[in-house]
Amino acid sequence: MIQIENLYKSFNDKPVLKDVSLEIQEGETLAIIGRSGSGKSVLMKHIIGLLKPTSGRVFVDGTDINKISYNQLREIRRQFGVLFQGGALFDSLDSFENVAFPLRTFTKMSEAEIRSEVQHCLNMVQLPDVGTKKPSELSGGMQKRVALARAISLKPRYIIYDEPTSGLDPETSNTIDELISDLSNQMNATSIVVTHDMHSVLSIADRAAFIHQGNMHWVGTIDDMHRSDDATLRAFVKANEYQIGIPSHA
Amino acid sequence: MAVSSLAITTPIRNLGLYVLLLVKAFGSLGEFSLYRKNLFTQMVRTGIDSIPIVALAAGFSGAVTTVQTAYQLVTPFIPKSIIGSIVAPSLILELGAVVTGFILAGRVGARIAAELGTMRVTEQIDALEAMGLNSVGYLIVPRVLAGVIMFPILYVFACFVGIGGGILVAQIGGYLSIGEFVKGAREFFQPFDPIFGIIKSVVFGFAITTISCYKGYFTGGGAEGVGKATTEAAVMSCVYILLADLLLAVLLL
Repeated sequence: MIQIENLYKSFNDKPVLKDVSLEIQEGETLAIIGRSGSGKSVLMKHIIGLLKPTSGRVFVDGTDINKISYNQLREIRRQFGVLFQGGALFDSLDSFENVAFPLRTFTKMSEAEIRSEVQHCLNMVQLPDVGTKKPSELSGGMQKRVALARAISLKPRYIIYDEPTSGLDPETSNTIDELISDLSNQMNATSIVVTHDMHSVLSIADRAAFIHQGNMHWVGTIDDMHRSDDATLRAFVKANEYQIGIPSHA
Repeated sequence: MAVSSLAITTPIRNLGLYVLLLVKAFGSLGEFSLYRKNLFTQMVRTGIDSIPIVALAAGFSGAVTTVQTAYQLVTPFIPKSIIGSIVAPSLILELGAVVTGFILAGRVGARIAAELGTMRVTEQIDALEAMGLNSVGYLIVPRVLAGVIMFPILYVFACFVGIGGGILVAQIGGYLSIGEFVKGAREFFQPFDPIFGIIKSVVFGFAITTISCYKGYFTGGGAEGVGKATTEAAVMSCVYILLADLLLAVLLL
């Protein structure tokens, strides 16, 4: 379980997150939603300790990750798989080596076992034949899927997706959404999806946490969201629904 | 007031970050087995791939120094072998290391800063950290070790090619014979000279790679930031080569 308590973060005295608290339950898919620049990605980076809070605490399975040594933090990070916004594939390596990288680095698997596991991961993201291609030879959607294969190669307990569908066409976005949903079910992992794409949220999330102007404005299930009369949340959802053509639930 | 205080605090902050980065990098040497493969890759990129440009620069430096020395010493009272006595120590003591240093500040330093800077702005460094890897150790230790190992080798290579260039132009230009050149070079040879050159090349290798790693690792601001970091890495490396050159000469000669 992940708990975030009274998290404040400011950059050069400019507050980005203000008193954010949140609990993420084991096995659920939580969407962190909000407008661009609302602090979603900053919150995500606090969950894996890539950023230190100005104040507040972040617990992963009961451990305050800001009060442990760097090596202990690295042990905790190995329970996470992270899909970064741009994929963050290593451009000096081909797709196969990108997916194999965590396996080569952190396991003692034989070359044959690594080959089999990498192929399994590439099959899971429906890209069985891209192993020899460099990231620059792949489309944006394919890069994200290879990055997803890399993120799940060590079978993490937690998978974080940072804007998994941004910049993708609707059809590819649907494919990514289906993959996230399938992976959550198959791997029984806790999934945290940072997004402003309400179509994704409605397709894959069990709960949503809405950040507005650096505050945790609203948290609830997707059903609660449809029933909510919070004007700010409704405006955000409505703007997205209008954009993607989903009829309003209100 | 604020500007003057920034002028003082910024260099101190940068120095602190530089030192902390190196402490974090070399504090992770216990995980060297993770970096070994990357070390060999970096040694090839830093050393082997630099051979052509180092050979070109050193060869021409030796040739030009020979021609200019011959031009300045055209007198029957000075034996021609003196040209070898001047050219060879010049290359061993100064030109071999400094020319190689400048070439590599541009070639290796700029490449390191651009590589790490691009990795920073495309979140590849965050990806390494998120996997649980020590990104500082993984990225910086192999590059610095490759510099410290390969620069002295390139220096020795540069000295041989530079002296060879000098001999070749002396022979072709009719300034003096190979025998006279070698006799002059051996006459004033001091065993400490190449040791001094190797010490310099180790220091230059460390300075260039650590400055470039620092600039690249802390890049911010997208493509513009990568360009700025790359330029600063090359320029600062050259400046620190000159400073280290003077300091080592004062301390060791």
